[in-house]
Amino acid sequence: MTGTERLAVKRRPVYLDLLRIRLPLPGIVSFLHRVSGALLFLFGIPLLLAGTGSSLASAESYGQLKSALAHPLAKLVLVGFVWACVHHFCAGIRHLLLDLHIGVDLVSARRSTAVVAVLSVALTLIIGARLW
Amino acid sequence: MSRRQAVGAHYGLRDWLLQRLTAIVMAVYTLLLLGVALWHGGIDYELWTALFAGGTFKLASFLFMAALVYHAWVGMRNIYMDYIKPVALRLALQTATVAALIAYMGWTIRILWGGA
Repeated sequence: MTGTERLAVKRRPVYLDLLRIRLPLPGIVSFLHRVSGALLFLFGIPLLLAGTGSSLASAESYGQLKSALAHPLAKLVLVGFVWACVHHFCAGIRHLLLDLHIGVDLVSARRSTAVVAVLSVALTLIIGARLW
Repeated sequence: MSRRQAVGAHYGLRDWLLQRLTAIVMAVYTLLLLGVALWHGGIDYELWTALFAGGTFKLASFLFMAALVYHAWVGMRNIYMDYIKPVALRLALQTATVAALIAYMGWTIRILWGGA
């Protein structure tokens, strides 16, 4: 191992202090990818399983779930869930394209983060409007 | 001295690659389900239960959940490694996460094949 390599290993950021980080748009979109992922793990998976379970249990519980989701507060939660899904999906597709060496130059990579941010909010609004 | 930690990464490509493969599995399943919904102009109780009565769809749903659980594990572990410094806390969170994800797989199997 050369001296510079050893230095690079030493400087590897193994612990990030969230309160000291200031991010440009690509960093914000990347961070939101994490936030949406964490939210989907914490609330998304159990809600998805509970919802799927009661929707399949009987016609009665399907109807109960449907009327419960008609409540404005439930719709708000649902819109949040939709945003987390859509943002995570779009940011993930962007990552897969980058892995295939599509859009890796600085200008396109920056532009695609704006596309991800705007597209996921737009899709959330469209789906939200349909819910209401 | 080894810098490896019991709660660190595997320093390999496996998780990186599986994170992408599981993402593709989930994306395909999601788009197919969305396609079914759009094709029928929405999903009602009859269509929904008919879908889940099919063996292939059950298996595809199981595959989706398995992909989701593994994907969530890699993602959450990455988050813990980046932001949680104390090793004991990190290990506790990782253990709780694995336990939750295994429980979710059990829940999934009960929904799909429980016959309730």
